Amino acid sequence: MLRTFRQRITITDIVIWAIGLAIAIMVVWGTISTLQSGKYATGTWLDLTIKGLAVGGVYALIAMGYTLVYGILRMINFAHSEVFMSGPFTAVFLANALAQSGFLNKQPLLSMLLITLLSMAVSAVVAMLLERIAYRRLRYAPRLVPLITAIGASFFLQYVFRGLYGSGFKGYPTVTSLQGSWNFLGIEVYKTQIVVIISAILMMVILYGIVQWTKIGRAMRAVSEDKEAAELMGINVDRIIVFTFVLGGASAGAAGILYILLFPVVWFFMGFIPSIKAFTAAVLGGIGNVAGAFVGAMLLGLLESIGPNLFLDGLGVVNPSQLKDAIAFIVLVLILIFRPSGILGERVTQTKA
Amino acid sequence: MSKKIFALFSVLMVATMLLTACGPKATPTKAPVVTEAPVVTEAPPAAFECTDAIGCVDVAPGDPVHIAYLLVVAGPNETLGIDSRNGIEIAIDDSGGMILDHDVKFDGEDGGCAAEGGQAAGTKLAADTSIVAVIGTSCSSEARAAEPLLSAAGFVVISPSNTAPDLTEAGNKNNYPGYLRTAHNDKIQGAVAAKFAWEFLGVKSAATIHDGSLYADKLQAVFADNFKQMGGTITLQTAVDPNQTDMASVMADIATGTPELIYFPIFLPAGGLIVRQAKTTPGLENTKLMGADGLFSPDVVTAAGDDVEGFMVSSPLLTGAAYDEFVAKYETKFGKKPISIFHAHAYDAYMMIKAAIEAVAVVDADGTLHIGRQALRDAMYATKDFSGLTGVLTCTATGDCANPTIGAYQYHKGTYPPELIWPE
Repeated sequence: MLRTFRQRITITDIVIWAIGLAIAIMVVWGTISTLQSGKYATGTWLDLTIKGLAVGGVYALIAMGYTLVYGILRMINFAHSEVFMSGPFTAVFLANALAQSGFLNKQPLLSMLLITLLSMAVSAVVAMLLERIAYRRLRYAPRLVPLITAIGASFFLQYVFRGLYGSGFKGYPTVTSLQGSWNFLGIEVYKTQIVVIISAILMMVILYGIVQWTKIGRAMRAVSEDKEAAELMGINVDRIIVFTFVLGGASAGAAGILYILLFPVVWFFMGFIPSIKAFTAAVLGGIGNVAGAFVGAMLLGLLESIGPNLFLDGLGVVNPSQLKDAIAFIVLVLILIFRPSGILGERVTQTKA
Repeated sequence: MSKKIFALFSVLMVATMLLTACGPKATPTKAPVVTEAPVVTEAPPAAFECTDAIGCVDVAPGDPVHIAYLLVVAGPNETLGIDSRNGIEIAIDDSGGMILDHDVKFDGEDGGCAAEGGQAAGTKLAADTSIVAVIGTSCSSEARAAEPLLSAAGFVVISPSNTAPDLTEAGNKNNYPGYLRTAHNDKIQGAVAAKFAWEFLGVKSAATIHDGSLYADKLQAVFADNFKQMGGTITLQTAVDPNQTDMASVMADIATGTPELIYFPIFLPAGGLIVRQAKTTPGLENTKLMGADGLFSPDVVTAAGDDVEGFMVSSPLLTGAAYDEFVAKYETKFGKKPISIFHAHAYDAYMMIKAAIEAVAVVDADGTLHIGRQALRDAMYATKDFSGLTGVLTCTATGDCANPTIGAYQYHKGTYPPELIWPE
């Protein structure tokens, strides 16, 4: 018994566990000393939490695109960052036109709805074309081929949009009714952040509903489990795959509008960082799993927002906020080492089997 | 197959090395002539022999004189470089498009306001031996990467908007031969900004943010040093990524020190996003915000939206009848007011190059021009009392030519340019 145990443990395992333990100790120690120093007021932590959740909500909607496509095709659609960028980058023209005519501030709800719909439509169309032109022919090619194609498609789309709308950035107009803050039990919460969190959760519920409770959602799950068997059962696999891309694209387009509520600047390269974070979130939650994407994204948003100040400040790191991205990607590496299937990954495999 | 490619590649490599090795250095090495005094238009020698230490550019009759630019003309900071390029185009128009009866060929590369872009553009320009002078770069980081290449190629490089101090610091390894600038040195801008904050705004504490670029890092350091000398407190000197969008945690960090002013001499879009997000950070809602000339652009109003109200920047103060006339020409040619601040500096840079070429070029009877590269550099450095749009310019031995007055400006909702508030 002991012998087999000893045989199974390799040096690599020990080193990896040592690294994990060291990181865990650092995190705990950093947290304790930060809190003891009392540098940040409670209000700051709450503020960072809400901001983190808002960013997490955006990540969650982008992550949906990665996770749905992975679930069905077992490929990472690295061009999804451009699907995300295309929507808000196009809708900015509508937004500015509405702002100039004064309609935006007279009918904020209706205008935001129009802008969101346009953004979703553009992203969905881009995702659909991407599938039709770049990926469909490669569906039975080795797995590396569509992956490389996706990276190529990503650059292609980036520079197409750079050519279409220019390389400079464009700003979204301010919606006056979304400015300012609400006093919520003594805490100032900014309206945009609350709107973003609520819309993100609402949209995640709708997406979850589509996948779990509708006929086409059931077909999606069937294709994801076994393409051949699904085809034999009379499911049009091509159509389901197109629908998946459209769904992922539309949610990315909606994410784009929530993103510009928080950071109202768009340009052709804007998709890269949020999307790579969303991909991290999808892996963190368990890629291929809708609920996992949501959990992973919210967790990542929180870690990123609170993490630098909470974990690193106490360790005496100068300017910890610069290490925000490092925290996100260290989380990705740790997840890949210790739990490659993600937080909710395993449960799904079990229910599937 | 791959062996063949490798062999071909090696042969090409060796060939390139040989070519570069016997390029400009292969000129006859007589004792380098010091050409302080302008030479010659009378009695041209039968055959011109180049005696310049680093080679000559020959312009045959009918060929143009090639002046290139290396500016940021694409991407988030494009207005900075496009504005400078517009200034140069007006300078070319004003001089009839000619230098010594030769047409001027004016083209160039985008440097992207980053070291990587500067490196790529610099490599491309350095390979073109027809270039006499380069106007650029826009950003100091570009210069850091491009300048070694352009200097080694023997060009005169004159920047309309590099402001980092070490580029013209005597004895500094980043001060390359052949480099000059018509923009102010940030030793001046940083000191003026500190003085403005202390005396005019009356703030006693400040935090600074840079974005890792050469320009921002040096400028905030100069500001902080001066501000501390006056008796102010610097609560935090921090940094963001140039493409960062989420500033929540850096803002929280700054808020713990409760500074009265945040000074962030950075670029777009990060600068605009800081303006927006400072307003939604508890404790910083009413903190004064200040940037520098990198944030003097109509795009600041776009990026910061309504939150731009009250945001301040330091920037060179341009006045005078000649400048007003220039602005009128700019408006006729491009249909709008200058979109950034370094148009007049670029205009002066071109005019200085033109004057220096006219002073040193040797003209043959048939109209061929011979421009000694070292002679041109010497003539540029010797520029004295040159009357330009940005003032009367005299270059130092390390290439600082500017004669700046720095003012402070304040943005208002939806309007550009910002209002001049200091000196009153």
